[in-house]
Amino acid sequence: MRYTIYGAVALSVVVLGLAAAFPWLKLPLILALCYGLAALGIVVLLRAGQISFGHAMYACIAGYVVAYLSQRFPHLDGFALIGLGTLASLVAGMLIGAFVVRYREIFFGMLNLALSMVLFTLLGKFYAYTGGTDGLRVGRPTLLGVELARNGFETALLVLVLVCSLLVIWGVQRYFRSSAGEALMAMKSNEMRLEYLGISAKKLLWQGYVLSAGLCGLSGALFGLSQGLVTPEMGYWLRSGEFVFIAILGGSGHAVGAFVGALLYEFLKMYAAVLVSGAWQLLLGATLIVIIYFLPSGLTGLLRKRRAALGGEQ
Amino acid sequence: MLALLDGVSYAGLLFLVALGLTFIFGVVRILNVAHGSLYACGGYAAATLGLWMGQGGDSLALSLGALLGGALLVGIVLGTVLMLLLRQFQDRDPILQLLVTFGAFMIFEDLQRMIWGTQPYFVSDVVNQMGTSELLGVVYMNYQLLFVPGAAVAVYLLLQWFLRRTLMGRQIVAVTHDREVATAMGINAKRVAYLTFVVGAMLGSLGGALASPTTSLVPGIGADMIVLSFAVVASAGLGQISGALIVALMIGLARSFCVYLMPEMEVVMPYVIMVLVLLMRPQGLFTVAQARRI
Repeated sequence: MRYTIYGAVALSVVVLGLAAAFPWLKLPLILALCYGLAALGIVVLLRAGQISFGHAMYACIAGYVVAYLSQRFPHLDGFALIGLGTLASLVAGMLIGAFVVRYREIFFGMLNLALSMVLFTLLGKFYAYTGGTDGLRVGRPTLLGVELARNGFETALLVLVLVCSLLVIWGVQRYFRSSAGEALMAMKSNEMRLEYLGISAKKLLWQGYVLSAGLCGLSGALFGLSQGLVTPEMGYWLRSGEFVFIAILGGSGHAVGAFVGALLYEFLKMYAAVLVSGAWQLLLGATLIVIIYFLPSGLTGLLRKRRAALGGEQ
Repeated sequence: MLALLDGVSYAGLLFLVALGLTFIFGVVRILNVAHGSLYACGGYAAATLGLWMGQGGDSLALSLGALLGGALLVGIVLGTVLMLLLRQFQDRDPILQLLVTFGAFMIFEDLQRMIWGTQPYFVSDVVNQMGTSELLGVVYMNYQLLFVPGAAVAVYLLLQWFLRRTLMGRQIVAVTHDREVATAMGINAKRVAYLTFVVGAMLGSLGGALASPTTSLVPGIGADMIVLSFAVVASAGLGQISGALIVALMIGLARSFCVYLMPEMEVVMPYVIMVLVLLMRPQGLFTVAQARRI
């Protein structure tokens, strides 16, 4: 609990401070927090020892639902759009989850990847509904009935994303500490033992999967609103890879980790775009391998090590 | 009819790449995500060699040599690099090992873009040199009609013979089956594992090399191929060579029939097959029931 409060306060101070000091950073900060939300979804699965190379599809689903609804019903409020987008991802996660939780490790990861590739291709092909590879535009909706100009909208969105992130950190951390969350963690070490205790591993993983799909959906809905555009790229495997990267960087020790990782990642990306524009993937891949080698439990793993050094105090 | 032959040719490629994936899985027990870039690099290397050697003259032997040479070169070099990399992570969590190959995939993907650029590559000398033949009034390229499926079948038969009849092949089977027991029997497991890995890598890049004359090489083909070949391997059951051949044929044919009947579904078809197979038989079509490994 202590770390949750520290982390939440630090995160808010950093984000709001940076946004106040450098107004042009608002959009990158929103995007970073969106990435953090999605990466947290990956972290949930990571705690169960599973990895998904296709979770960008849930962000993509939510983004497209938001875009489609905002075109069909221009008067729909921003909050309703976000809610409906996330709901769509949750439902998709429930259905797909019922199928993929029967598989582990490689099969789990690759099935997700396969499904996301299918979605990616379909979005590119059905031009009439999805706008093909050009994507769909998302109009700027009202927020709680208030119409905002571009600048005000961005500020409101930043605050909204931050509040969402804080709530999610609190909620997910509660889940991690709950018996369901602890049991999910046990799946990684010994699934059979879990079954002998009378807990259904499938059901457990399904819950985690739906949660992670919802988190990615929330991220996608907010992402689509802040960008004003959704494209199939949102569901490409590279995006899923970025989520995995952030999750590994942040580590699975604490829910705040994903957001710290996402902020670091966004700034790394901003500088890398200037310095080594052509070798971005290369840099990402190399960093991933280095992190796994030296810091296999991520940034929050450092925290845990320190806690252990202090004598296991919570 | 046209669809049938197209499908067989495509299945040949798919089979080679999927076979390589199975081989590598056999030794390191993880899925090599970087296999897709082996395929892509094999294609590029063969095309480059073809351009370079083709300047001398217009001979079929040279072009074929370029294809094989490119595949061997990429297989040995990248295979060794990957193997050495993975050895550093031998005792880690399987998930982390999987991520290491994913990282390697990203690196290779960019390297390949730096070396060969983003412009499509197209070297089709071999296809022209092999000529065409007419079948039921339609003109086919011999390359696609005979050579690619022929190469796949040749590799299949050769491997079956190698794995069953030679000492080295039997050692590979033993190490793949149970590394510890094989070591206890006095097999140098490390050496055999390395060899298997490189053979797998070569098969992957051979698939790419054979594909290069008939498909244009663009960035991103690696990602498509890894997913496709995984679909084959997963549907057939990991480690099933004959099974992979049959499933590759199934997917290849289904795909090319889709091209003719409903083009929108073409890309989705392999996944549909995989999902259906896994729904009914989670361990794959041809695996004999055994203790769960996945």
